[in-house]
Amino acid sequence: MRIGTGLLLGLLTGLLWGTIAVALTGISLTLITGLPATPIISAGALGGAVNAAIIMLRAPADRTPGLYLVAFAGVIVSMMLVSFGAPFSLALSESSLIQAFGVGLIALAVTFANRAVLIDIQSGMLKRYAIDLVIVRTLKGFGFVFFSVIVILPFYVMVMTSLKNQQDLFLNPLDLSIDLTQGAASLFDSYVELFTKFNFGRFLLISTIVSVCTVVITLAFSIPGAYAVARLKFPGQTVLSSSILLIYLVPMIVLVIPLYAVFSQLGLRNTVVGLLIVYPATTVPVALYMLQGYFRGLPAELEEAGLMDGLSRFGVIWKITLPLALPALASVSLYVFMIAWNEFLFAFMFLDDPDIFTLSRGVVSLNSSEVPRQHLMAGAVIATVPILVIFLWFERFLVQGLTAGSVKG
Amino acid sequence: MTMSRTTKTSPATAPPNGRKTGLGPMARREARLALWMLAPTFLIVMGIVLFPLLANFWISVKPVTLSDLRPPTPVVSERVRGDFDVAGQEFEIQYRMRNSSRKGDITDVVLTDTLPAGITVIDPGDVCTVTGAAVRCALDGLPAGERTRLKMTAVADETFAANPVSPRDSEPTVTGTAENILTNNEFTLENFARIFDSREFWSVLWVTIAYTVFGTLGALVLGLFAAQMLNKPFAGRSIIRGLFLFPYVAPVIAVAFTWVILLDPFNGTFNAILQRMNIADEGVNFFGQRDIPIDVFGLTIDFPLALATVIAFEAWRYFPLSFLFILARMQSISSDMYEAAEVDGATPLQQFWHISLPQLLGILSTLFLLRFIWTFNKFDDIFLLTGGAAGTRTLTVDVYEQGFALSNLGAGAAVAVAIFILLLVFAVFYFKFVHREDS
Repeated sequence: MRIGTGLLLGLLTGLLWGTIAVALTGISLTLITGLPATPIISAGALGGAVNAAIIMLRAPADRTPGLYLVAFAGVIVSMMLVSFGAPFSLALSESSLIQAFGVGLIALAVTFANRAVLIDIQSGMLKRYAIDLVIVRTLKGFGFVFFSVIVILPFYVMVMTSLKNQQDLFLNPLDLSIDLTQGAASLFDSYVELFTKFNFGRFLLISTIVSVCTVVITLAFSIPGAYAVARLKFPGQTVLSSSILLIYLVPMIVLVIPLYAVFSQLGLRNTVVGLLIVYPATTVPVALYMLQGYFRGLPAELEEAGLMDGLSRFGVIWKITLPLALPALASVSLYVFMIAWNEFLFAFMFLDDPDIFTLSRGVVSLNSSEVPRQHLMAGAVIATVPILVIFLWFERFLVQGLTAGSVKG
Repeated sequence: MTMSRTTKTSPATAPPNGRKTGLGPMARREARLALWMLAPTFLIVMGIVLFPLLANFWISVKPVTLSDLRPPTPVVSERVRGDFDVAGQEFEIQYRMRNSSRKGDITDVVLTDTLPAGITVIDPGDVCTVTGAAVRCALDGLPAGERTRLKMTAVADETFAANPVSPRDSEPTVTGTAENILTNNEFTLENFARIFDSREFWSVLWVTIAYTVFGTLGALVLGLFAAQMLNKPFAGRSIIRGLFLFPYVAPVIAVAFTWVILLDPFNGTFNAILQRMNIADEGVNFFGQRDIPIDVFGLTIDFPLALATVIAFEAWRYFPLSFLFILARMQSISSDMYEAAEVDGATPLQQFWHISLPQLLGILSTLFLLRFIWTFNKFDDIFLLTGGAAGTRTLTVDVYEQGFALSNLGAGAAVAVAIFILLLVFAVFYFKFVHREDS
């Protein structure tokens, strides 16, 4: 083994991987099993560095599976030595199997990470290219861990909290394990209560109705408009198509006070109809913009042929344009559905009557000190699951919808 | 970016020569059809977006509070005194009227009612007239908070007494004209004086700017980082991409409350993790603590904790969007350039710095501008996380605070006007920017 920047970098990345692995595994063990584990960071860090050092003993070409096995064992041995046999600050006799699994997982993860980063890196002096390679690989790996944690942790906490009860939560907020032996009835207690006592079945229905109606109204308004902008000649066409998205720069909160005042006086404020007037107004411009872009891309010859054959303008739209534009219609519909389903501001400002609450409004009403917080989280899960299922099912369309003409947020 | 495309002249709008000579009949019919097809969109956008936008200016100069939205209305209840079911016996019908408002007068109050058949009014009183079964009472006005009683003496005949129905069964209706505070000619500049005078306004403005700038940058940097990771294909890439979009797709109420519970100072999971890892001694109140002292080389800096946490939420929730756009742009960069750079010995970091970044500059700056405006406009997130407490009140939250929490709609509208004017400034930038993109 030669000693140079390669070894130094290897040790550093090994240190980093060891730290990340031991911290994550320790916390995950606690969150999943409820064991009061405190990972010894220094043990993991040293284990990672030892692992990297063992791997770098040989030149890249000579690294055999046996070497990696030794490196794997190196992590376990050094962790055990540094932490005096208690890598998670727990006595070895306590849940030994889980602890052993944890240590094995750390060793495995560190070995894989080091192997991925250092696969073609030798221990001697490195060229700039190789140094960059190590840095980029480390950053990428770190990025995966980082993003996975920040995305998964909140959703994991949301689901698990909804399945627990208040006392357990206050006793040990780290213990998100759930006792599967208690039976489904007690496990889904919060959900049952929300649907029986808090009227969430109705909120779900209202949200669905409002969202679907918003989609239908939006399409009914934007399809003719988009077609006109894309295909027909009229004065002011360019100005219109470039300014339609300016509507999207208008903050909703600015509209709230006048709309609140006017809708109150018209008796539209505390009604579903009121929402069905406001929601399409915010979605029609972007739907029109997205659709007209797609309509322009369709071959005009087909429509002209249709006109020649005696179809009316609306016949052409109905029989030729729309069938061709189905993917765009799907994207727009999903996108509008998502906006309407997630909408909070107007639902919150307009609706006072629990009989016509949408889910967003219903969940807000759970945010009080009298309602246990697992109910709040169960409400959040009920609001989230339908939209995530739809999203995963139609991901392709929704991603298209998000990127096609809109960056609304 | 798709935005810029629209400003280019589309083939469909090639300069119409008809404009000078007058459009031909076909062209005119086409234009009329187009207008009809666009009319619904126009109407709804005018009514729900543009009209309220202008209405803000009007409301902001009116002394209007939440309670003024219920206009003064006359309220009436009918009473009967005496035995109306005995033939020939005199009894009294009373209309008790009052003004629902303590502030506004009502003028031209008219009450109408129908009497059951068989009842004859002997004395209709001063203001009421009876024609057949119809009663009509007209008052000149009902001042604020005033109550009044209208009395009529009546008598029933035999047929009625045999089969009596209460005169109260027919509901009296009452109408009146009240001055609506929203439409009268009373104006005031007090709303503006009020919001600009308070020192709070300027701190709100600073918080808004900090939130907008750092929230936007955070979302962009995270998005760039995530896109860079997913640029090269690997097994499970589409799953990871879907996962990364979760924060954006999930409803804001769900994720905001989850963060609040996750970061709870007493029994939140995140604080418990910090304590378990010995990073913090006691629970940190992320959303409730305005400043936290931090020692940097002996200097103590007050770090705005709640604001920083709210900004972190903003970056977390919206990085998926910039990630999606940046990834789409990255995928369209031709791989030839990277191959050529590789041959020339450019390192991965150099490739990123000298090839990827310049190519991404367009999308990055567009995203920055749009996200900047949308973050500036954002209300839901901060409102749900902190309610604007602990130094996180932005202009948008201030609209709610003034208009609804303090019930002063006029002041809320004045803040909305301030937002609108700031946005106009942005819009000028926007157009300049789009202009530059085109040329």
